[in-house]
Amino acid sequence: MVDVAIIGLGITGAACARELSRYHLRVLGLEAQNDFAAGATRANSGIVHAGYDAKPGTNKAKYNVRGNALYPLWARELEFPFIQNGSLIVCHDDGDLPGLQALYDRGVQNGVPDMELLDENALHSLEPNLSPACRGALYAKTGGITCPYEFCIACGENARENGAEFIFNAPVTQIRREDGGFAITAGEKIYHARTILNAAGLYSDAIHNLLSRVPYRIQPRRGEYQLMDNAAGAFFTRTIFTLPTPMGKGVLISPTVDGNLYLGPTSLDSTDKEDTSTTAEGRAFILKKAAESWDNFPKNRFITGFTGLRAHLIEGGDDFIVGSAPDVPGLFDAVGIESPGLTSAPAIAEDLSRQIAAYCGAKKKDNFQPHRPAIRSFRTMTNEQRRQAIAENPLYGHIICRCEQVSEAEVLEAIRRGARTVDGVKRRTRAGMGKCQGGFCGPVILEILARELGCDPTEILKDAPGSNILVGPIR
Amino acid sequence: MLHYDVAVIGGGPSGMAAALAASKEGASVLLLETEPRLGGILNQCIHNGFGLHIFKEELTGPEYAHRFIRQIQDSPVEVLLNTLVLDVSPGRQVLAVSKERGLLEIQAGAVVFSTGCRERPRGAIGIPGTRPAGVITAGAAQKYVNIDGYLPGRECVILGSGDIGLIMARRMTLEGAKVKAVVELMPYSSGLARNIKQCLDDFGIPLLLSHTVVEIHGKNRVDAVTIAKVDDNLSPIPGTEEIIPCDTLLLSVGLIPTVELATKAGAELAGSQVRVDQHFSTSHPGLFICGNTLHVHDLVDYVTEESTVAGQFAAAYAKGARPADGREIPIQPGEGITYTVPQRLTGESFRENITLRFRTRRVYKQARLVLSSGGKTIASFKRPVMAPGEMQTLVLKPELLNSLGESLSLHVEE
Amino acid sequence: MQELICIRCPMGCKLQAELIDDTLFVTGNTCRRGEEYAREELTCPRRIVTCSVKVQGASEPLSVKTESGVPKDMVFECVAAIKALCLHAPIAIGTIVAENICGTGVCVKATKSV
Repeated sequence: MVDVAIIGLGITGAACARELSRYHLRVLGLEAQNDFAAGATRANSGIVHAGYDAKPGTNKAKYNVRGNALYPLWARELEFPFIQNGSLIVCHDDGDLPGLQALYDRGVQNGVPDMELLDENALHSLEPNLSPACRGALYAKTGGITCPYEFCIACGENARENGAEFIFNAPVTQIRREDGGFAITAGEKIYHARTILNAAGLYSDAIHNLLSRVPYRIQPRRGEYQLMDNAAGAFFTRTIFTLPTPMGKGVLISPTVDGNLYLGPTSLDSTDKEDTSTTAEGRAFILKKAAESWDNFPKNRFITGFTGLRAHLIEGGDDFIVGSAPDVPGLFDAVGIESPGLTSAPAIAEDLSRQIAAYCGAKKKDNFQPHRPAIRSFRTMTNEQRRQAIAENPLYGHIICRCEQVSEAEVLEAIRRGARTVDGVKRRTRAGMGKCQGGFCGPVILEILARELGCDPTEILKDAPGSNILVGPIR
Repeated sequence: MLHYDVAVIGGGPSGMAAALAASKEGASVLLLETEPRLGGILNQCIHNGFGLHIFKEELTGPEYAHRFIRQIQDSPVEVLLNTLVLDVSPGRQVLAVSKERGLLEIQAGAVVFSTGCRERPRGAIGIPGTRPAGVITAGAAQKYVNIDGYLPGRECVILGSGDIGLIMARRMTLEGAKVKAVVELMPYSSGLARNIKQCLDDFGIPLLLSHTVVEIHGKNRVDAVTIAKVDDNLSPIPGTEEIIPCDTLLLSVGLIPTVELATKAGAELAGSQVRVDQHFSTSHPGLFICGNTLHVHDLVDYVTEESTVAGQFAAAYAKGARPADGREIPIQPGEGITYTVPQRLTGESFRENITLRFRTRRVYKQARLVLSSGGKTIASFKRPVMAPGEMQTLVLKPELLNSLGESLSLHVEE
Repeated sequence: MQELICIRCPMGCKLQAELIDDTLFVTGNTCRRGEEYAREELTCPRRIVTCSVKVQGASEPLSVKTESGVPKDMVFECVAAIKALCLHAPIAIGTIVAENICGTGVCVKATKSV
C-alpha cells in the first residue's frame, strides 16, 4: 500500500511527484506510456506564460501567476532550461490597440508584474524582424520559455532521488475503492493506494469517471507546430503572440531554449485522443498566419513538424479542476490541464501536495534533496569545461550527434537515468534534434542502446512499443 | 597548439584527394575524420560504378576509398580519426575534439573543408501524417543494411529518385524486401539513367513521376503511405490519391552541403553554396572547399579531380603564394542554369584549362549551351540531352578565358 | 529495333539496337562500350552483382562483388549463393571468396577487409 498513486507522468504528474516527495509519503507514479512526458508535455509551445490571459479569479489565473513566479527557483534547483525572454502580444490593426489595453488591465487584475504597452517604434526596435504590419504590443517581461519534456524528466528524476517510484507501460484500466483507499489495476498488476492523484491529461476524465458520479469530459484539441533549425532562434528574442480578434487567432513565433524557432500552434477540436498526425492544411495555416507578423521568413529552415493534443474540458466547467473530488475522498484531481498547464505545474504541484499531505497527515522530510543535476552537455560547456569533462570522462570527447554536438558520455548518462528508446535519448540529450534529424546519429544511438541494454538492435524502439526501427538482420 | 601547413576537414574521397595533393606539393598536412576509418560515405556504397574516369575500371565504393586510403598510408599525411572539428576561426585555427586527445587546437596555413553533405529530412519537406518508426533517409537505411547488417523494413516506398534512392531500391530488393514504388515529385528523375535501368527496370519497380507522398500512416510503425499525382506547380491533385500499404518510407529528397563550419569561418555563400574561384578558394583567404561540401556530385571521380585542385592551391597558399591582384570575373548562371562551380574566376591571365561544372534547371533536348561576356556570345556548345540529375561540364580554354570581359554568363538555348 | 539504356558508364546513352543474323545495328552510342553492351543485352544480358555476406568473427558484414557480369536472370540465385557462403574473418579486400558462382564461371571478390 502506497500513500499516493499518481496516474500520469506528464508535467503535472511529475511535478506533483517531486513536491509529494518532500513529505513522508510513499509515492508511486503509474504511466501508461514508456517514458515521462509522453502526452501533451511532449508537444506544446514550451511557454511560461506571464498570466495576463486567464480570466481573473479562475484557477487558470491563480496557478499561472504563482507557477510563473516559481519557475526561476525550480529551474535553478532542477537545472532545466528556463529563459525569461519576455512575451510580446502584437496587433496588426490600430483598431485593436484597445484590445491590448484590456489585456494589460486583466494582467494587472491577475497580479502580473512588469508589463508595458509598446508603440510601433518601441516594438520594432525590440524585434526588428517583425513585419511593419505589427502596430503595437503588450510586453510581458515575466513571460518565458522552457523545455517541457526536460522539465518533466527533471521532476521525475528528482522525485525518484527523494524516494518516489515509477512504473511505466502501466495503463490504468480499473480502480476499485477498498478499505482505506483504492485498488488500481494497471498493466496487469494491482496496486493499492491510500490516495490517487489523477494527472492523466487527456484521459483524466476517464480516470475521474471510474470513481466519481460527477462526470467530466475532455475533448482533445489539436495544436500543430513547425520547427526551424537551431540557428533560427536568433530571428527573435521574445515570444511573439498575436492578439486574438474576431477575425481569428494567430500563431506564436517563438525561439526555444535550444536556439530553434517554432511557428504554431493551430487549434482544432478533435475526437481522437491518439491522433498526433500533422496535416498539410495545418502547415499551410501556420505559414500563412506567421507571415502576418513576419513577412518573408525563410522557408528552407524547417526541420520538423509535430502535433500536440491539449486536454480541453468540455463537460464539468471550463477551468482547471484541481483538488479533492467532492464525492470521492482520497481522489485528488488535476483535470483539464491545458494551457497554461505547463506554467501552472509547479503551483498545482505545490497546492495538491499540501492537500494530500494534510489528508494523509504526513510531515515534511528533513532530508529532502531539492537539487537535481542536469546531464552536463558538451554543447553548452566552455572549452575549459570541455577539457575538464574529457579529462574526467574521455567519452565526453566522442561526439555522437554532430548537429547538436552531443557526446557519448551524455548518451550513456541518459540511458543510466532511464532512457530506453531512441526518442528517450533524444529528449534527454538533444541527439537527433539537429538539422539532419538523426540521419547520421540515429544508427549510432541505436547501436549504443542495444549495447548498453544488452539487447538485439531489432528490439530497440524509436518511441512507443511497436516502433521498432529495424525489422531483422540481413540474410 | 599544433601547426600544419594544411588542415583538411573530412576524410571521405574529397578530403583524401585534397590531402594527398597538398602533401605532394610539399605541405605538411593533417587530415581530420569523425569516423573510425577513412572513406566517408563511400564505405557504405557497396555498389559498383565508381572510378571509371580516374581508374578506367568500375569499382565499388569501399574499393575506390581503399585505393586512396592506401595512398594516404604511404604518404606523409597525418590522420586523426574519431576526431570531430567543432570550429574553424577566420584566422584558420581549427578546434577539434576526440576521445583520445581531448580538445585539440591546430593552427593551419590553409584549411580545406570537405565535410560532405547531409540528407534532407522529412520535416524539411513537411510530409504530413503520423510520425512513426519506418520513415528514414535512404542514406541511413544504406548504413543499417551495408555496415550494420540490419534491414530497416520489408515493404518499402521510396520518395525521391535521386541516385541513393535508386541504389537503395535495388539493395533492399536483393536483401529480400519488396520495393513497391519509387515516387518522384518532378516530371523527370534526378538520378542517372543507368541507375533507373539497372536498379528499377531490371526488377520491375515502378517509377512514378510527378507524384508525391501526401500522407504517412501508422501509429508506431509505418503501415501505409498515401501518394498523389502533382500538377505543374507540384501541388497534389485532389482525387488522385492512392494508398500503398508498406512498413517503410525511404527518403531520397535531396542532399544539402554541410557549409556551416566554412561559413562560420568567414566563407561567403552564393545562393546556398559556398562561393569559390577556379582554385576552390572561398571568399575568405586561406579557406578552401571541395567535394559535396561545395556542390553535390553524381560521380566521385569528379570529386577527386576537384579536390585535387583544392589541395594543390591550399598547399600553395600555406606556403605563401597569394593570388595576384588580378581581375575577378563573376560567372552568372543564366536561363536554364541552376548554378556553376566555380562561381567566379580570378587572376590576370589564364594559362590552363578551367573546368566549369553546373546543372540545368530542367531536361533539355538538342539544346545549346551559350557562354557570353559583356552581352556578346563568345562560345556555344551543342548538347543532345541535359537533365538536372546529370552534372554538366564545360572545359574553358585559355584563349577563351583571356578574351573575357568583366563578366561571364552561361545559359541554355533551345 | 529495341530501345536500350547503356549502363556501362554514367553517361547512360540511349541506344537503338537490333540484331539481324548476328549482325548488330546500333545507334545512339558515344563509344565502343555501347556496342558491346547492346550485343550482350540483346543476346544474354548480364549484371555485376554487389551485396554483402555475414562473416564469422567479424563485426560487420563483408561487401562483395562478382568480378564480371552474371546472367541477369541468375542475379537472385547468385545473391542467395553468396549469402550461403560460410566465411571466417579475417578477409582482406580483393580476396576471392567464391569461384564460379552458381556455375556462371564468375568469381566473387571481397570489396572490403573485415
